[in-house]
Amino acid sequence: MLNNQGRPTGIEDVNASTNGYQSYTGSRGLSQVEGLIYEIGDKNRTGVDLPEVDDFESCLGGFERTEEIGLAGLTEPEAMRHYTRLSRKNYAIDLGFYPLGSCTMKHNPRLNEKMARLPGLSDIHPLQPISTVQGALDLIDTLAHWLKTLTGMPAVAMSPKAGAHGELCGLMSIRAALEAKGDARSIVLAPESAHGTNPATAALCGYKVKPIPATKDGRVDLEAMKEALGPDVAAIMVTNPNTCGLFEREIIEIADAVHAIGGYFYCDGANFNAIVGKVRPGDLGVDAMHINLHKTFSTPHGGGGPGAGPVVLSEALAPYAPIPYVVAGDESFDIVEHDTTGKSYGRMTAYHGQMGMFTRALSYMMSHGSDGLAKVAEDSVLNANYVLASLKDIMSASFEGPCMHEALFDDRFLKATGVSTLDFSKAMIDEGYHPMTMYFPLVVHGAMLIEPTETESKQSVDDFIGMMRHLVEKAKAGETERFTGAPYNAPLKRLDETGAARKPILRWTKSEDE
Amino acid sequence: MRYLPLSTDDRAEMLGKIGVGDINDLFADVPPHALLKELVDLPLHMTEMEVEKNFNAFAAKNVAAGSVPFFVGAGAYKHHVPSSVDYQIQRGEYLTAYTPYQPEISQGTLQTLYEFQTQVAQITGMDVANASMYDGSTGCGEAALMARRVTKKKKILLSGNLHPHYIDVVKSATKYTDDVVITNDPTVNNTESLLDQVDAETSCVIVQNPDFFGNLNDYTEFAAALQEQKILLIIVTTEIVALGAIKSPGEMGADIVVGEGQSIGNGLNYGGPYVGLFATRQKYVRQMPGRLCGETKDADGTRGYVLTLSTREQHIRREKATSNICTNAGLCTLAFTIHMTLLGEKGFRQLAKINHAGAVKLRNKLQNVNGLTFLNKTFFNEFTVRLNKDAAEVVEALVEHDVIAGVPASRLYPDNDELKNDLIIAVTETTSEEDMEVLVAELQEVLNA
Repeated sequence: MLNNQGRPTGIEDVNASTNGYQSYTGSRGLSQVEGLIYEIGDKNRTGVDLPEVDDFESCLGGFERTEEIGLAGLTEPEAMRHYTRLSRKNYAIDLGFYPLGSCTMKHNPRLNEKMARLPGLSDIHPLQPISTVQGALDLIDTLAHWLKTLTGMPAVAMSPKAGAHGELCGLMSIRAALEAKGDARSIVLAPESAHGTNPATAALCGYKVKPIPATKDGRVDLEAMKEALGPDVAAIMVTNPNTCGLFEREIIEIADAVHAIGGYFYCDGANFNAIVGKVRPGDLGVDAMHINLHKTFSTPHGGGGPGAGPVVLSEALAPYAPIPYVVAGDESFDIVEHDTTGKSYGRMTAYHGQMGMFTRALSYMMSHGSDGLAKVAEDSVLNANYVLASLKDIMSASFEGPCMHEALFDDRFLKATGVSTLDFSKAMIDEGYHPMTMYFPLVVHGAMLIEPTETESKQSVDDFIGMMRHLVEKAKAGETERFTGAPYNAPLKRLDETGAARKPILRWTKSEDE
Repeated sequence: MRYLPLSTDDRAEMLGKIGVGDINDLFADVPPHALLKELVDLPLHMTEMEVEKNFNAFAAKNVAAGSVPFFVGAGAYKHHVPSSVDYQIQRGEYLTAYTPYQPEISQGTLQTLYEFQTQVAQITGMDVANASMYDGSTGCGEAALMARRVTKKKKILLSGNLHPHYIDVVKSATKYTDDVVITNDPTVNNTESLLDQVDAETSCVIVQNPDFFGNLNDYTEFAAALQEQKILLIIVTTEIVALGAIKSPGEMGADIVVGEGQSIGNGLNYGGPYVGLFATRQKYVRQMPGRLCGETKDADGTRGYVLTLSTREQHIRREKATSNICTNAGLCTLAFTIHMTLLGEKGFRQLAKINHAGAVKLRNKLQNVNGLTFLNKTFFNEFTVRLNKDAAEVVEALVEHDVIAGVPASRLYPDNDELKNDLIIAVTETTSEEDMEVLVAELQEVLNA
């Protein structure tokens, strides 16, 4: 079968179109094979010109490194080509729709990158005199103001390095506040649908985690939660909107119930994008919430980081927040680096947090303003509901809408097709898309969590819907191999993850390859 | 709004398809009183030019390190980063990709992580390294927790020479586990004293090399003594360039190595984002925190890379995970790897040599200054001097003369009177001879006024 431009569209046709020829290099046109730096470089090559040094008397005290390190170098043109070629083996937002639910893969504005690289912001040291970094402290204080205003919360701890680090900051503040009352407690409640970081964080805080079941409509089971509450419960961790993409309708009741037993309400703010500028968590009874600047506020994910996870805190928790924090005086800013109150639970990280991410996030926030941010939430919710409305007739939506910023489907529609959620996802790769989040949340079978974000156009969402409908039809029509062998068109075929874990090879070594 | 592609017509059409009349119908599950009727009290949207104006104003109120003679280190260092590094990390394929959970379309990120892990293992002299921690300090906290998992013991002994922020992070990381942290005065820095303090309950000892004040130590014998008692030795390096010149922690017998990788590929950025290096012995790999990239094959038998051993991690193991870390330092590891590839063995060693030579040169020049004594017998690119005056006041006075002279120890030890005249001075390849002359002249003047 040929498409309207005369090119083959089916797998068999694609295979046929190569005539079965194997290339000498292993490359296929622009899909180029690229070795490791250890295979293409060597110890004598370098891509930097460094000056020679006159003889001098060493002060290393005889601790010189004499053995060869084993590093491989490349000249600049070689390095440039190596990393450019590798980059082309990555999917990215700049290349296409990236509907990873719970990850908020929105457009990353390059203005943010430019601002973060202003020498006055990038080339400053965390320990240079405070009189020489007044602009940095002003920027942090300004961002803090935006975050507090958007969340309706009175305080914010800026230093956590990512979302999970923020969760730790929030829970430690809670524990410190409880211990100050002589009431440490031992249990944290978390819904079954929670991100894995929630129970992992609670454990780091010395808490036992008690899971709370979900109701049939995908929300926290309030009655079950109330039964689990008791004088030993320190906090409940709830993601809202939750990981099924739904707003917790009984959020106020949840907050009231946990407050009634003297516990705190920790909100996982990973999904803040759905409500930014529309709903303030402070109005919902939240005591602490982290904000992933790399989700809601567009700082780039960078292939896995860096992130930033400031935590907004209630009046009751604020005194226990970590150091350091910025204080605005009448004429200048100061940064408090040592706790003088005896209440702060300590320090999350060296220095002051992810300044480079603060700059990018504030640049994004100022670009949108209060009006634009409310539109961000509205358009993200609109795009997700449009996907839900356009696919629910042929895929199986897990819950009744409306959803918030992401739409959850499960694998019932694939029943008896021989195609799994994983297979379906890999077939999406062949269509030029990044798959949605698979198998999360755990509360539905074979989950497919689709988050389009507000930065996709209607055209883009329509194209995605068309592609999804096409694949669903093919799966139901019994074209199983299209899925089980996928991806066919990616730089590599499906990778053996089981084998990788069984006998881990975690670095290049000389003996093995020579 | 330039980042929002939906038009008014699109929105109306989409609401029609969904079957609701108003966007707020989609927010029906929000308690009515909590759905804002008005915009939050913040400025309205801005053009690119307006945003730039705001940020230029912030930037103008800071003194950039590159604009003055600059000698600040203490765990973060001003090095030169080749232009091609910053170009590469801004390529959309790297910048705007997520964590490589779909390996078939993430080989770029994965292969660079594999190269990163190899480089870190080589530089630290260890068997394996992970795909990064947030930074050196949080990596240090993770190392203490890992030692507990490996040894099943709970006493953590910290040398007095460890960066004070790292000490604080270890204390916080273990505050609500039942580990016990034993700290030492910054002046207590010898291995004999540390050996006296270990016992059957000790899980690990954490030391830093070069230490916070710039001194170098050989921990080889110390490592052997600890090993006999099944205590892990964790060696921290906050200036990774040093390992181009000095014996690696692996050669000394470290069990876990934690490093701050900012010096390679990454700017100062007022403290973050940085890149935490974390390496250990092969036998402890399943107790490691963080992501690991491993080699495997695809269905055709072609070599490729995947994230592996993820049963250690929070998204699989939940409350039993080795760490709660998810997002790490991704793009900063890429910057590290590209810069390290440009350096290569030859360049990395030469860079280290230049740094050390610069520090020696400054030390020699400072010997002519009255009112200043040297506290280091050994150093790499950073050393501590004791002034005849309060170091913080001297630094502040020199700011007036457009010199940033270093880090007064009192910034990190505000309650330690013994250290209040101590100044930590760092030199890198970016420090010119002229910068040194200016510092010498200004110190001479201020210390003898």
